[in-house]
Amino acid sequence: MNGKLSALLGWVDDRFPLSQLWNDHLAKYYAPKNFNVWYFFGSLAILVLVNQIVTGIFLTMNYKPDAALAFASVEYIMRDVPGGWIIRYMHSTGASAFFIVVYLHMFRALLYGSYRQPRELVWIFGMLIYLCLMAEAFFGYLLPWGQMSFWGAQVIVNLFEAVPLVGPALSVWIRGDYVISDATLNRFFAFHVIAIPLVLLGLVAAHIMALHEVGSNNPDGVEIKKHKDAEGRPLDGIPFHPYYTVKDIAGAVVFLFVFALVIFFMPEGGGYFLEYNNFIPADPLKTPPHIAPVWYFTPFYSMLRAVPPLFNSQFPGVVVMGAAVMILFLLPWLDRSPVKSIRYKGPYFKIALAVFVVSFVLLGYLGVQPTNVWGQAGAWLGGVERATAAARLFTVLYFLFFLLMPWYTRIDKCKPEPQRVTS
Amino acid sequence: MQTGTATGDIVMTRMLALARRAAGLLLAAPLAALAAGGGMALDRAPVRENDVASLQRGAAVFANYCLNCHSASFMRYNRLRDLGLTDEQIRDNLIFTGAKVSDHMNVAMDRKDSAEWFGAAPPDLTLVGRSRSSPQGSGTDWVYTYLRTFYRDPARPTGWNNLLFPNVAMPHVLWQLSGENELVTEEFKSRAEAEAALRRSGRPGRVDEAISVGKDGKETARYQLLTLKAGAGAMSALEYDTMVADLANYLGYMAEPTRLERRELGVWVLIFLGVLFIFAYLLKKEYWKDVH
Repeated sequence: MNGKLSALLGWVDDRFPLSQLWNDHLAKYYAPKNFNVWYFFGSLAILVLVNQIVTGIFLTMNYKPDAALAFASVEYIMRDVPGGWIIRYMHSTGASAFFIVVYLHMFRALLYGSYRQPRELVWIFGMLIYLCLMAEAFFGYLLPWGQMSFWGAQVIVNLFEAVPLVGPALSVWIRGDYVISDATLNRFFAFHVIAIPLVLLGLVAAHIMALHEVGSNNPDGVEIKKHKDAEGRPLDGIPFHPYYTVKDIAGAVVFLFVFALVIFFMPEGGGYFLEYNNFIPADPLKTPPHIAPVWYFTPFYSMLRAVPPLFNSQFPGVVVMGAAVMILFLLPWLDRSPVKSIRYKGPYFKIALAVFVVSFVLLGYLGVQPTNVWGQAGAWLGGVERATAAARLFTVLYFLFFLLMPWYTRIDKCKPEPQRVTS
Repeated sequence: MQTGTATGDIVMTRMLALARRAAGLLLAAPLAALAAGGGMALDRAPVRENDVASLQRGAAVFANYCLNCHSASFMRYNRLRDLGLTDEQIRDNLIFTGAKVSDHMNVAMDRKDSAEWFGAAPPDLTLVGRSRSSPQGSGTDWVYTYLRTFYRDPARPTGWNNLLFPNVAMPHVLWQLSGENELVTEEFKSRAEAEAALRRSGRPGRVDEAISVGKDGKETARYQLLTLKAGAGAMSALEYDTMVADLANYLGYMAEPTRLERRELGVWVLIFLGVLFIFAYLLKKEYWKDVH
């Protein structure tokens, strides 16, 4: 660096910890050297977040949050705004990409025990990000004001109606009206572009600060800080910058390749990223025959449908659906295994995790299908819908993964952890 | 010459569609189950999305036959420059109202009136090429099938009914061209037999399940195969199918005018990212040489 620039840096550093921030989080942040492919998804989530914010800003310049104008304004963006279609597809595909990346990021944590002590707060901040993401996706989905936007929002807001006593008042309070209307669209717009993104950015900062305080976990689940050299640097650590910045750039290019493949060649994602019905303007008088939420909500939607009503109320289903998300918060305290990583965990955990993943994926599949997709069981079984029966089974298995975890992780036959990371 | 090519395409595409349907039955059991739940298989529209002559013909059919009742209110007339037309050509050949070339394709008919006349206001068609897409086929396939499955039905207020869209409010506007199709109903004991007969016929058709209750109160399922007997119109069956295919192609274009540009640009983006990956990978390798 030449003299003038370093003088400027010195001037800034005297007034703002610029070099210190750079060193703490990049140049002198030591990350384990044995990250594998699962460790790309954190930085990719940041990439998608930036994509959503930047494309979102440009969309807002032409979008009109008005029930009479919203649908037409989206088509205006698609047709008359130069480059508008590409911005819109980047944003709509980005929503699905965000969930794909975040689900894989969370699965990584399950594989290698990244939620375990001392990273409980990293996990909790991450879970709060996930909740924000769901809210963000839900509010954003109403904005194009298509049939699925409207009826999807109708179904979800009606869930609050199932809450005993205060339900009806609560749902009117959320909608700002007795039906999904212009008032609802306006407030969802406010939440989607201001309220939730602000919270989301704060939580992402907290997530990264907490991570950099305790240091990253790794596929072996051992602490690299236990073995340091004379200068206090972890023997198995390498500075995040430049090693992981260059590695993550290569990962980001691979991700962008797949992302571009969707944007340019299948922006509807087979009807999963942009639902076909949503190309019809919202019509409060015409209920679509099959209302399916977007794919990333379908595992939970399946559970909602699977739980039978009690005293004519859907409330138990709503509780189960909520509990399915909230139970993830408890993960750091449910896992009693002496080791963190699946590499050294015993067969019980491996089986449980496999059952959990299969249940989650199949619940997701069933959530996009009508409940009669697998037909009915024979008359001697009362002609019960097979898909509903399966969804009930998978819902129970989903919860058993968590509820039995303290037991099966304790009695599991684990292998001894190595002292240092393996390469 | 254009018609000749399109005819060849139709024969070819029909054969492909048959082969695809056979393969699809094996591969997509869940989808077949869904289709069996009341849907109807769609015929593949024998069109190419980059066939400008077909799109131009389709635009003319749309302006002449559809745009009287159906609007395309997100589409501007002068967007048709995409199809190689000049503003003058658009104004002289495709605009029958006082609209300017920069106007959207709106209709004068009041939606309240049309709802009263037909039972439902004719929907806007800008996006029908996308909104009618499903796992069974594209929106273009849907339109292609729909406009070829109208038949005479004296029980309906308009005198017309449709195999793909039962009890549709729309009358068969193109009947003078296609002729008046008649409904043909055949009964079968099993769904498989009915579907086999449908495949043999090579025509669009639907299989409905009907339960008949015998004297002893026992229920037996009967399967009705509904197909159409073609009437005689101003066009031959092939000419009519070709015209409908052009119209369907146009509606697919109108639903997403940027679709060709999108794919063209996409190829360059992928090539760029592919090259960028080589450099990104080499950079990573260079930096990681000293990590053991």
